[in-house]
Amino acid sequence: MTMTVLRTGPLAVFKDAGRPGHAHQGVAPSGAVDRAAYARANVLAGNPPGAAVLECTLGGLRVRFDEAAVAVLTGTDAVLTVDGERTGVEEVVEVPAGATVSVTMPRRGLRSYLAVRGGFAVPPVLGSRSTDQLGMGPARPAPGDVLRIGPVSGKPGDAPALAPAVDGPLEVDLGPRDDWFTAEAIETFLRAEYTVTPASNSVGLRLDGPPLTRARTTELPSEGVVRGSVQVPPDGLPIVFQADHPVTGGYPVIAVLTPESADRAAQLRPGATVRFTLAPH
Amino acid sequence: MTRFLRCGREAVLAEVDDLDAALALYAALRAAALPGVTDLVPAARTVLIRFDPAVTSPAMVREAAAALEPDGHGQAYAGSVEIPVVYDGPDLAEVAEHLRVTPDEVVARHTGTPWTVAFAGFAPGFGYLTGGHPSFDVPRRTTPRTRIPAGSVGLAGRFSGVYPSDSPGGWQLIGSTTERMWDLDRPEPALLLPGVRVTFKAVRR
Repeated sequence: MTMTVLRTGPLAVFKDAGRPGHAHQGVAPSGAVDRAAYARANVLAGNPPGAAVLECTLGGLRVRFDEAAVAVLTGTDAVLTVDGERTGVEEVVEVPAGATVSVTMPRRGLRSYLAVRGGFAVPPVLGSRSTDQLGMGPARPAPGDVLRIGPVSGKPGDAPALAPAVDGPLEVDLGPRDDWFTAEAIETFLRAEYTVTPASNSVGLRLDGPPLTRARTTELPSEGVVRGSVQVPPDGLPIVFQADHPVTGGYPVIAVLTPESADRAAQLRPGATVRFTLAPH
Repeated sequence: MTRFLRCGREAVLAEVDDLDAALALYAALRAAALPGVTDLVPAARTVLIRFDPAVTSPAMVREAAAALEPDGHGQAYAGSVEIPVVYDGPDLAEVAEHLRVTPDEVVARHTGTPWTVAFAGFAPGFGYLTGGHPSFDVPRRTTPRTRIPAGSVGLAGRFSGVYPSDSPGGWQLIGSTTERMWDLDRPEPALLLPGVRVTFKAVRR
């Protein structure tokens, strides 16, 4: 079975569970930016965990299936339309052969995950079908591309009920380098409101707000970073690393988001405001 | 002495005194293959230990890592490679001037002392090489180049390195090699893995 791309929207990339285990070669894990939404898409579509999906930023994707297919969209309140007919949020959709399927513009959230039963069968690179924005993995699909869908191996599962959207502050654990900041800076970090700037992408959320002052001004030797690391460059404005972060960073990391909060951060649009709070243990 | 720093719910950052200790800890962690550990990121003074929180926990990883006995300094030997280089880089003269030696002496110093891959970063297959001739400490270019061809051999600070792919960069370029730093057809695509000893050899074009 194949799926032909008619239009991609602002950004559509292949994503899966990523490629851990290659950091010593300078290769970052990448993977879906909102991991929970990615996992739900595969459960609902009846795919094994780790199957490749399309991560669609702000909707706009339009595709056509040559055979009957089963598709589902998760992550935002965007929905699939089948030959112009709207379906429900996270509805598992039986798509007739030859139908055109589009992803609507979300009103809430940023990244939607389109899973097709069978998964996208693009060739993996170092064991993963994720496109890393820093340059690794399959090429981005383009209009006219004919994408092969893999053989069906699973049964559609029951995903847990959709959790209500949480608007509260992003939860963090301080460290590894919170001791590089003044006590006032940590207090500011945990109290102030920051705004997501348009320079944000799947590498990092760049924030604007009160700058965080360092207690130490020496240079930190580069060290490994993780998804959710809140790195503070010399201008004092935090950057929250997302899935496509580099392997190492050269600025101190004041705190790290919990995995759940990193998923919520993945759905923040430019202009959104955000606060940080200490995660319960 | 290894210090363990909190790094979220899916990783622990182990900090040691210097690069040799970091390489030794990295080698010990790699050999130990601790349950649930998914990735190791060696760096100048740290090793980031990433793990699957469904299998293990920060406390378990800290405890297991603390119980390891890394080999003594310099024992983390991970093989050796010789890289043939044509020393005709655009910054060779400038580097020579900075070090107050002739270009030939720069080549002699770059080839005369073996280097060690400290860690990878910047791009897939880019290894930061340390331990070369002690006189090497050169500033980065004030304006980075927008495109440096794959195979370019450069210097920055006390490091040397070889660009694995065409990319922008600010290192001082002293030569180039045809040896491939990154090849997806190899079991380990990167040639320069942490701990590998590297000797450069001057060749004619």
